[in-house]
Amino acid sequence: MKTARKVLSSQLRNVLRSRWVLGYALLLFGMTQLLLQFGGSGERALLSLLNVVLLLLPLVSVIFGTLYVYNAREFIEMLLAQPVGRGALYAGLFGGLAIPMAGAFLLAVGVPLLLQGGSDPGYLRHCLMLLAAGVLLTLVYIALSLCVAVLIEDRARGLGAALLVWLFTALLYDGLVLLVTQLFADYPLEGPLLTLIFLNPIDLARVLLLLSFDNAALMGYTGAMYETFFNKGAGTLLAFGMLLLCVAVPLLVGLRWFRRKDF
Amino acid sequence: MTPSGVTITGVRKRFSRLEVLRGVDLTVASGRITAIVGPNAAGKSTLIKMILGLVKPSVGGGSIVVDGALINGGPEYRERVGYMPQAARFPEHLSGREIIDLLRDLRGRPDRLDQELLALFQLEAVLDKPIRTLSGGTRQKLNAVVAFLFHPSLVILDEPTAGLDPLSSGILKDKLRRASAAGTTVLLTGHIMSEIEELAQDIVFMVDGAVSYQGTVEQLLTESGESRLERAIARLLDGAGR
Repeated sequence: MKTARKVLSSQLRNVLRSRWVLGYALLLFGMTQLLLQFGGSGERALLSLLNVVLLLLPLVSVIFGTLYVYNAREFIEMLLAQPVGRGALYAGLFGGLAIPMAGAFLLAVGVPLLLQGGSDPGYLRHCLMLLAAGVLLTLVYIALSLCVAVLIEDRARGLGAALLVWLFTALLYDGLVLLVTQLFADYPLEGPLLTLIFLNPIDLARVLLLLSFDNAALMGYTGAMYETFFNKGAGTLLAFGMLLLCVAVPLLVGLRWFRRKDF
Repeated sequence: MTPSGVTITGVRKRFSRLEVLRGVDLTVASGRITAIVGPNAAGKSTLIKMILGLVKPSVGGGSIVVDGALINGGPEYRERVGYMPQAARFPEHLSGREIIDLLRDLRGRPDRLDQELLALFQLEAVLDKPIRTLSGGTRQKLNAVVAFLFHPSLVILDEPTAGLDPLSSGILKDKLRRASAAGTTVLLTGHIMSEIEELAQDIVFMVDGAVSYQGTVEQLLTESGESRLERAIARLLDGAGR
């Protein structure tokens, strides 16, 4: 634990000084400000920000994480030549990437949103849900980026795989769900579709937010289904639990690969 | 400092279909400078990485004993090991001092540090600058400093003088000789035979993932009837059908 903390603190310093994270924070801040200024009321701005959270956050997290690990390859080797366990180093790497990325999001999106909204409890709750979903998605895609970079030796192929992970979960997966719906329209599909939706972190985050925003039935098949199946509290809790599982599973799989990897 | 030797017995390593090491048996005598040489893809780097625990032997693939301790996954034995990789890529946004601090932290902040190379390379002036602003040669000097910083009993160097100017290269070679005289085991790889002849006492020649010759440099020169190591190694290569 002590070793992981030491690696984490040096990773944090390195990542926080990189222009990538600053640029990412500025981009998010600029988008949030624009949406708040020109996108209508706070609630409307939140809905527009939903797409930023669901698409941009996973993309930047998975690409940044993958590139970072490939760039740090020789330094990882040097650290592994020290009396350092692989588990501690892996934990330090994950934290050193996840904390600055999630922090940049919380500061760049969270602060303007919370300053804008005043003290309306409904708006505040929606903001917190959006921020929580954003943080969890960041963690999921950083964990996935570690998996990709540990598993695939070649940097170009790894980067391609990271992009594919994003493309599949952000765009292709929903197409697949719709295709299944279309093909088996005559059958009772609620169960299988629910399972399919559970397996994609972006869909899960979408469900979490749509249930929170009271727009579930209007915003696509996924949300409508969840609205039907769960009452609010249970649905939100379930989606949160599944998102946490989506962080834990790739993290543990990546750790297993990292422990066995030949550097 | 306890002298640390390395004993490698029947080590095998396979990367999918490619057998990189085919039962390597090797003893690196403690307190001596041993050079591992051989053609490209002979398995030298893989063997070094195995001693460092970066590459794991294939299942049932032999044993490596460092300083009397069998390497079996735990990182503790690396307390006594220093490593200088061929090319150092430190985190770009950290300074040399921060990297040294991190490595000290990871080793429990020992009080006694070997900062001789830091002084000889005159790195103090650039130690607070971000790594991205340092030249390749300066990074390589930092790499050498780190390898000796914690008074290792075994130092492993992968082509140590690559990227160093002649002056710095000389400083490093002198350091290696002094360390060896003080009982440190030095294991290095390289392709510049004149340098190896100048430095090494023992030589290990690897080809196709196995050790085909091990002995002292003098012994090899006598056996081959050559006066220069480069020619003697060329004979070994000829003998191996290369």
